[in-house]
Order: sequence, then C-alpha cells, then structure tokens
Amino acid sequence: AYCLLTSHIEVTATSRHYVDRLFDPDPQKVLQGVIDMKNAVIGNNKQKANLIVLGAVPRLLYLLQQGSSSSELRAECAVVLGSLAMGTENNIKSLVDCHIIPALLQGRCMLTVCVTPCQDPTVIPHLMSLLSRSQRTQEYITQIFSHCCKTPEHQTVLFNHGAIQNIAPLLISPSYKVRMQALKCFSVLAYENTQVSMTLVNVLVDEELLSQVFVRMMQRDQPIDMQLTAAKCLTYMCRAGAIRTDDSCIVLKTLPCLVRMCSKERLLEERVEGAETLAYLMEPDVELQRIASVTDHLVAMLADYFKYPSSVSAITDIKRLDHDLKHAHELRQAAFKLYASLGSNDEDIRKKITETENMMDRIVSGLSESSVKVRLAAVRCLHSLSRSVQQLRTSFHDHAVWKPLMKLLQNAPDEVLVMASSTLCNLLLEFSPSKEPILESGVIELLCSLTQSDSPALRVNGIWALMNMAFQADQKVKGEIVRALGTEQLFRLLSDPDSNVLMKTLGLLRNLLSTRPHIDQVMSSHGKQIMQAVTLILEGEHSIEVKEQTLCILANIADGNTAKELIMTNDDILQKIKYYMAHSNVKLQLAATFCISNLIWNEEDGSQERQDKLRELGFVDILHKLTQASDPNLCDRAKTAMQQYLA
Amino acid sequence: MTIGYFSTTASFRIISMISNLNNAAPKMAELGAGSMLLGDPAFNYQEHELNERLKRLYPAVNEEETPLPRSWSPKDKYSYIGLSQNNLRVHYKGHGKNHKDAASVRATHPIPAACGIYYFEVKIVSKGRDGYMGIGLSAQGVNMNRLPGWDKHSYGYHGDDGHSFCSSGTGQPYGPTFTTGDVIGCCVNLINNTCFYTKNGISLGVAFTDLPPNLYPTVGLQTPGEIVDANFGQQPFVFDIEDYMSEWRAKIHGMIARFPIGERLGEWQAVLQNMVSTYLVHHGYCATATAFARATETLIQEDQTSIKNRQRIQKLVLAGRVGEAIEATQQLYPGLLEHNSNLLFMLKCRQFVEMVNGTDSEVRCFSVRSPKSQDSYPGSPSLSPRHGATNPHLHSAGADSPTCSNGVTPPNKNKSHNKYPGVSSASSSSSSSPSSVNYSESNSTDSTKSQPHSGTSNQETRCVARQGFLLNLTWVLCSDSEMEIEAEHYTNGVAENSSTRIMNGTYKHQEILQAEDDSCASRQLCGGNQAATERMIQFGRELQGLNEQLCREYGKNATHKKMLQDAFSLLAYSDPWNCPVGQQLDPMQRENICSALNSAILESQNLPKQPPLMLAVGQATECVQLMARVRSGSCSFARVDSFLH
Repeated sequence: AYCLLTSHIEVTATSRHYVDRLFDPDPQKVLQGVIDMKNAVIGNNKQKANLIVLGAVPRLLYLLQQGSSSSELRAECAVVLGSLAMGTENNIKSLVDCHIIPALLQGRCMLTVCVTPCQDPTVIPHLMSLLSRSQRTQEYITQIFSHCCKTPEHQTVLFNHGAIQNIAPLLISPSYKVRMQALKCFSVLAYENTQVSMTLVNVLVDEELLSQVFVRMMQRDQPIDMQLTAAKCLTYMCRAGAIRTDDSCIVLKTLPCLVRMCSKERLLEERVEGAETLAYLMEPDVELQRIASVTDHLVAMLADYFKYPSSVSAITDIKRLDHDLKHAHELRQAAFKLYASLGSNDEDIRKKITETENMMDRIVSGLSESSVKVRLAAVRCLHSLSRSVQQLRTSFHDHAVWKPLMKLLQNAPDEVLVMASSTLCNLLLEFSPSKEPILESGVIELLCSLTQSDSPALRVNGIWALMNMAFQADQKVKGEIVRALGTEQLFRLLSDPDSNVLMKTLGLLRNLLSTRPHIDQVMSSHGKQIMQAVTLILEGEHSIEVKEQTLCILANIADGNTAKELIMTNDDILQKIKYYMAHSNVKLQLAATFCISNLIWNEEDGSQERQDKLRELGFVDILHKLTQASDPNLCDRAKTAMQQYLA
Repeated sequence: MTIGYFSTTASFRIISMISNLNNAAPKMAELGAGSMLLGDPAFNYQEHELNERLKRLYPAVNEEETPLPRSWSPKDKYSYIGLSQNNLRVHYKGHGKNHKDAASVRATHPIPAACGIYYFEVKIVSKGRDGYMGIGLSAQGVNMNRLPGWDKHSYGYHGDDGHSFCSSGTGQPYGPTFTTGDVIGCCVNLINNTCFYTKNGISLGVAFTDLPPNLYPTVGLQTPGEIVDANFGQQPFVFDIEDYMSEWRAKIHGMIARFPIGERLGEWQAVLQNMVSTYLVHHGYCATATAFARATETLIQEDQTSIKNRQRIQKLVLAGRVGEAIEATQQLYPGLLEHNSNLLFMLKCRQFVEMVNGTDSEVRCFSVRSPKSQDSYPGSPSLSPRHGATNPHLHSAGADSPTCSNGVTPPNKNKSHNKYPGVSSASSSSSSSPSSVNYSESNSTDSTKSQPHSGTSNQETRCVARQGFLLNLTWVLCSDSEMEIEAEHYTNGVAENSSTRIMNGTYKHQEILQAEDDSCASRQLCGGNQAATERMIQFGRELQGLNEQLCREYGKNATHKKMLQDAFSLLAYSDPWNCPVGQQLDPMQRENICSALNSAILESQNLPKQPPLMLAVGQATECVQLMARVRSGSCSFARVDSFLH
C-alpha cells in the first residue's frame, strides 16, 4: 500500500501511524485505531488526503467487508470512509477509484460518497432495490438521487429505472425525512423534463393524485421546507406543460405559496428560492403575472430584498451582518428576476414596478454590480421594463439607464450581452429619448461587432438595434451604419441561416432605403449587390414574411429617382414582380403592386416610358384584374395604379 | 407506559397519555334538526350547511354569549339599502347622485373575538351604474349614510379605485379594482388585529392594522343597480380560509409547546408526577399507581385496600352488574348511599336499564349461561372513561383485557374469559382482532342466542311474556297519577303499539317476532328469560315506589322523573336497542354513574372527589373561555382538547 506515496504531498509520521494501526493483529486495537482515525480526520482535509495517499481506503474497505470484523468495527470503518468522502473532489475520486461504491452498498451506511454523480449504471438498479429496506435507506438513497441528478440524461436514466414508481409511495411515509427527500427527488426529476412531468401528473399515491399530494404538502401548517419544495414540483410540472397555468392548484395554491415564501417572515435562503421559483412559474403566462402582481403586496414586498445588509444589522450583530452580506447578492438578483418576470407583458404591472421606491436607481446600480448574477438579473429586469413605451419615454430617460447599459455592453459574458443588447434595441426605438445620446456615444461599432458573433441571439440583437437606429435616421447616421457594417458583412447577414437575422437585416435595408435622396445615394453605391441579394432571396426558399419584406425593399427602390432604373432595366426582376402580383398571398400581391405603382407614378421624369414598357410586359392586364380583387386594400392599390395610366 | 417519560419531559402531552376526559362532548347533531321538516327545504339545507361550517371554522365561539353574523341586519341599515334572499342580498335603491347618497348595512352581530380568525365573502352580482361599492367593517353606531371606511371606526375596500379606506375620506392605493362577477373576501385576524382582503380567492395582503374590537361586517353602495350577495358561511368560500387558519393554529401551538419553563423544571416534574399518580389512584389503577410511585419515589395517599375496594365497585358498575355494585357499596361504605339518595336512585335506575340489557345479576341468574362468564364482555367499557370519539387503541386493549385500558390485567377476569373460549366461537375469535370489536360486542351480549332454546314454543312463551310485560308497563305508567301528561305522550308509542299487537293475535305476532329476530338477530329483553322479565317488572315497581318515596321526602325532582321515564320507555319498543331511547343501553353510559359513585366514595373518605389532573384540565378550559371574553383572539387556537389526544 505504501507504494502509492507521492512526493508532492507531505506525509507526516502521525498519519502513517494511523494507517499502521489498521494492520494490528489485535482486533480491539484495530477498532481503537479506526476510532482515533475518525477523530483525526473530521474537518481536516489535509489529513484526509494523507490517509488516502497512505492507502487507508483499501484497508478500511477490507475491514468493512470482512465477515470476521465486529459490527462495531465495520460501522466505524464506514464512518471514516464517509468522512474521507466529505473532503475535496480529488479525495472522492480516489475513493471511487477504489471501487468503494459496491462495497458500501453492501453495508448500511453511505451518504456523503454519493455527492459525486453516479457514473456506474449498475449502481442505480441496486439503489432502487435497496429502497424497500428501511426508512434510513429510503432517506439516504432518495437524497443520493437528488444530489446526483444534474442533467436531462440523469433524469432519463433515473426515470427509465422506475424512479417515479419506486419513490412515489415514499411521499406518504410516516417519516418526515423520507417524505422530504422523496419530494426533493421529484423536484429534481421534474425540472424542465416533459417526460417526467407528464408521467407525474397521472401517478396515484394511495388513490390520490400526486398533484393533490403536493398541494397537501403546501398547506400552511406544514414545515416551510416542505411547502417550498412541493411548490417547486408543481411549478416544474406546470412549466413542462403537464399542468395548465389556469389550474386551481397553480393559481390558488402554488402561486400564493411561493408569494408567501417571499415574505419578510421567511429565511433569506427561502426568500431567494421562493422568488426564483415564482419568477420561473409565471414567466410565460400573463394571467399568472397579473395575479401575482396583486397577491399580498408582492411588488412592495420585493423592495425589501434590497435592504440587506440593513443598517441595523451592521451595528448590533456582527454574525447577522455576515449572514446578510452573504445573501445580499442572491436576494437582489432574485428580486430582479421576479420583477423581470412580473413585468414582461403587462403595462400596468410595469408601471407599478417602476413606481416602487427607488426602483430605477436600484436597477442602475445593479447593472454595475460586481456579481455577474446580479448584473444579469438587473439587465433582465430593465429589458422587461423597456418593453413599455411609457417607461422608455419617462423613467428610462430620467435615470439615464443607457449609460450603465452601454458600459455593461463593453465587456460582459454572452448571456449578459444578449439581454443588454436586446434592451438597447428598445432604447433605440425612434420615440425613445435615449436614442440620441446613445448614438452620440459611438454605439454603432459595438453593434456591428455583435452582428459577427457566433451566437444567433447576439447577431439578431445587433442587427435589430441597427435597424431601429436607421429608422427615420438622417443621412449621416445611415452612412455611418453602412460604413461601419461594411457591405460584405451586410450581404453575409442576408444569407444568414437564422431567419430572424435575415428579417432584421432586410428591415435595416428597408430603413436605409427610405426617403428619395437616401435611396438614390445608397443604390448608386451598392445598387448592384443589393439587386443581386434581392433576386437571390426572391428565388430562394423563404417564408412569406421574408419575401414580403424583400418586395417592400424593391418598392422603396422604385421610389428613388435614379434607383428606379435598376429595376426597369432588370427584366428578371420585373418578371418576378409580375409573378408576385399574381401570387396567392395577398400580402405579397400588395407589396408587388406597390412596387409597380411607384414605377409608373405620373409626376416623375420618364414616367411615360416606364408606363409604356410595363404595359408591353402585360402589367396593365394584371392591374386590371386586381381592381376586381376581393381584398379592399389590394383593390384600392390597383385602382390607384391604373389611374396613373388614365391621367 | 414508560415511567422515564414522565421524569424527563414536562409537557402537556402527559395528559393525552393517560387521559380520556369524562365530560363527554355534547352531541352536535341536533342543532337545527327540529326545523328541518318545516319551510323551504333548500333554505333549511343551506341553514344546516351554515351551522356546520360555522361550527367547524369557529369552534371556540360560544354562540349563546356571542352570536356569529349570519345575515345583514334589516334594522341596522340606511334607507337606500334593500335586502332580499334571507337578508343576504343587498341592493341600492337610492338616487345615487353623489357621495351624500351612499348607504351601508351592517351584519346582525359583531365578530366575536373567540373566532380567532374571521372571514366572510361578498359576490358582486352587479356593479350597477358606477360600481361605487365598499366592503369592510364598522363599529356599531357608525353613520350608515356613508360607505365603509370614510368615518372613525370604519374600514373599507372600494371597487371603483381599488383603494383602502381606513377611517378616512381619502383612500390609499391597496389592491385591484373589482366589478361584476368578482368575489371579494374580508378576513379579520383577531390575534394581531389586522385585516386583509381577497379577490377571487387570492389574498391581497394586509389592508388595516390595529383594528378595534367588536366590528361588524359591513357593505356600502352608492349608485343605482349595485347588487351584492354575502356569504357568511352559507356556501364554501372561494378563498381557502381554513388553510390560513391552520397556519395560525400551528403558530400558536408552537408558542405553547416552546413556552419556556426554565429554572422551574424540577418543580414541574414533581407536580406532573403527582398529577399522574393521583389520577391513577382515583381511577383505581392500583398496580400501575404502585409501580409509578416506586419508580418516581413518591407516596400514595390512599391505602391499597381502599383503592382495591373502589376498583372492585367500579368494575361491577362498568360490567353492568349494578345491583352487586350497590350491595358492595353498602357493605364497604355503610351509610354512604343512605345519605346520598340521589346517587342511590341513579344507581337503581341504571340497574333497571341493565336488567333490560340482561346484564344485571338479578336477571342474569335466570339465564342458562354460567354467571361466571358474564365478566368476559369484550364490549363492556374500560375503567378509564373515554372522551369524545372512540379511540381504536383503547378498544383493542379492551378486547384483550376487557376491564382495563392501562394494561393492568386482573388475573381472575382473564381466566374466566379463557375458560369459556367456545361459548360463542364468533366472539372469541373476533375479540382477539381489534378491528372487529364492535362485532364481537353485539355478538357476545347475546350468547344466549347460541343456546338450544330457540324453538317455536320458546318464542311463543317469550311472546306472551312480552305482552304481559307491556300491559304491566301500561299499568305502571297509568297508575302514576302525576304522569298524565306524559301518559298521553306515550300513547303514540306504547299504548297504541301494545293494543294493536294484542288485537293482531298470536299468529301474526309470531310473524312479527320472527321478522324482528331476523333483522336484529342478537339481543332480547332481559336475556330472553321470562322469570327475569318478571323480576325486572317487579324491580320497576320498586323503583317507582322509591321515586314516590323520595318525592314525599324531598319534593318533586324533575331529573329523577326524567330518568325514570327514560328507563321505562325502553320497554315500549319491540327492540329497545334500536329505539329513540336505546342509547341508555350502551355500555358507555355506565361511565357517568361509575365516576359519580367513585367520587362519592372518595368524598366520604375525605379524599378529593376529582383528580388534580382533571381540575387542571378544567381550569385550562375555563381560562381559554375567559380569554374569549376578554377578546384575546388566540384562544381560538389554544383549545384544550387539541392537546388531549
């Protein structure tokens, strides 16, 4: 065993002494040795590492498995192994390398080892079979499952091994600990897992539906931990689509329970978990958001999350201060998340949130906090509120939120960038008073760099922001955008695999090509490439929306003075326009007709020639037919166009 | 029971271990039952629902002292308010021009503090023209020409703006607005004197704090067309108020459980040990009491013989052998019953009932069955009195050792039980299985059934005996000059019944009896023995005589008269066990008289007639009632019986 000794770890004589005593011929002395070892390793990671290096683990396992060992000795060995496993990741790895798991499964005591994810597939069926053994095994094994289950794959493995059927009966165990661990296990299994959640809703425990069992566990006289975990289970089942969001067990039970968890009476940890779970529950459902916004003064209650550490705790109690400090970040980010979720759809709720004491100041300072988690949550909250026209015009401008937002965009992890850039898109809407100062801060370069990101979400946000920026912008800004983005990048975006990116790029083009002088200027410099791109898109397999947007670009081009000629001289394009005028989709017909209407408009130079040419190409017949169209808009548009010929 | 438990823990739980209060819970079923047959059945059903729900929600409220609000008051309202639908629907009938036309109505009664947590709901049937509706609370005497919340001692939540009004003309932003179809709830927490509202089952959070006592549920309306319906418990609430109550119950129970006793721990222990010891002695658990005294090193005041004597007498009463119990008492405590004629009369009445039952030794001696086996009644009550709902553990204990719930097994009893394992195979086999105690109870009461005397001739004899007996009974009743009115009352039951029977003749009788025997297979009057029946009738006359004698000596006694009537009326029914007064035959009924006799004996020996444990429980109960009177809402969740398991 000593051959395992490696030089980089300092091995003291005492450590070796402990291991030596395990080999004593007198079983009584071995027992005493193990007990001494137990006392020596508790809380001492270095000692643990030493003993592992010195080969204590195989010997302890040997003693544990020996039939001749007294039960007392075996128990002590198991305790020491458990203690060793409580150390560092490396220690655990060494233990697992010694095949500790199968050995421990034969015994009764195993708990801490299993913090490591189970990699051995044979372990799970064995653990399942041990569930019926005793309340202890039930408690520990369900705890092991909860700890180990970290990925969707883990969930599936446990599911396939019958975890639900085996663990469900434990929910009505007479032991609170067993019930609690079983409940935790279900919360881990159901999280973002449709398969598990769909199965759970149909499970009966003692002739009662599982959801009803969870509802009972949320009763107000139950321990808080149980209420909270049961609420989590129902939340996950609801989000996975297994329970409707208007089901009374969600509206009248889960949601109020989670709101209660946010109250001042609860522990800080519970308030964090409660707020995060509630935010997750109602994120996609405006009705739940509305209900939550009026439940127990939730919006005001959350303001309290920002008051840690409180000034009182600093003076009176150092321990309390430490505790508060530790949870302060978590509390703030949880509150931001919940505000974000609350305000994601309803204008009235957003108003209520921004009117909460110092709310905008809190968000602004949250944007520049050191903790990434808080920054992310703060920007999510800001994003949620930025969907309100009214807030953009008032509180956002008053508090100059664009400043910290711009700063945040300079250097942030992708997830923060996505949220921040998305918020920026809203701040760049033309009615937003923040648009001007943002433009002046040199945001264009930044946005252009976003369009080159590998993340589709960032590319969309980058081009979206540019699109908003170009809307009704002056020539200088438009020129800057084109220059900064570069035609190459612009056309690369027009062939982006993400249709959202494509849509927003077309939108940008359309905004660039508005008002006649701008159209002619852009087309004179980039006309050829643009016409190519347009042709390509109209020929390709794209959605109606994309094609409509493209035809609108053509219509804008047709509105230019010189730009018109790029279409008139391109028979291919003209044929395509003709084709779309006779398309089955009214939107496309409308856009194409608009384009022709611009080309034949009377008061412009050369209109007669264009009219003649298009008549020759058979457009008049088509227009004539369209005047009979059932769609009133299309009919009007066609009539207006026909009048150009009559005049 | 583990003695160690007592010496280490000072807790109320101790009561639950040995307990079983004697003051049996009053029967709750009758309330309102009398009016059930009258009037609109739907309304009566609702009334019944209301009573049930109010009882469940506010068990601590004594409605004789503090009635609960059940409807709006037709007297306490402004003239612009109209009431309908049993005074639950409120509509506005004024002009509704401006706030001067506002009108309110209060409920019939203020909210009693003993509710702990009070809740009512209002459904908006129609918001009318402008929906200026206010829901809330107000004290008596507050101006009704206003919406709730505008004046001192008035509180309201208004539908048009969602604001809360706390004794002020200007509201505070509080909750959402409400309108047609919404259900608004108002919850008053009388423990911390706060109030919150609910909208469609969702709690909106605290609206008012520091509320004064004695507020009335109140609604106010202000424009034409406004209609609201109240629910004071007539229907299930939309909001889960019971869940909210459970939280406060848990809070208060936690407070009691964690109540610090600190330094006085040793003192508590001595007190508790004394309580347990005296309780055991009181009920005559001699062996347990001795063992307990030894383990805790305490002394028992009463001497062993005295305890055993009392134990013996109690066992006799509980076994239904009241005659023997009287004899034993007279022998062991001469003069006791002579000086306590009420008790004697009670005992004799009980003896008569037990004769009907066939359990008293005066009639049992006629039975074919060995008198010895009479002790082995699995169904006879245990010595320790029960309280409230039957406890399965007690029952199972009773089945194994019929007379003792605490595990003190009197050896002779057990022996006699084992001696006759085959008397009734059903009873002996089922008595070992606790789940079928009830079955074995009814079965063994009538072991005679298994005796070979159920031929036709026997039935006829019994039939004749019964007829004769019924005639005798009529005579007993009619000869009582003081009972004319009662005799009339009985005509419906007894007289008519007996006369029709006679007229119907023997043949039909047999049929009837046959049918009865089939339907109620087991029990017969006085164990079905004619001689016994005659003895019973003779005893009945003696009892009647005793009553008359007592009347002469002490004047009329209504209680005695009632007792006697009840006992005698048993004979008026063909199946006394299934008749309106059949309750008397239940062995459980022996417990009251048993404890009365026990207390009388103890008193005569200058010992406390009640064990200190029961005194403590009584005091605690009284304290909780006192809390209700001084308007401490937490009394609702500190009920003594929730600590007695």
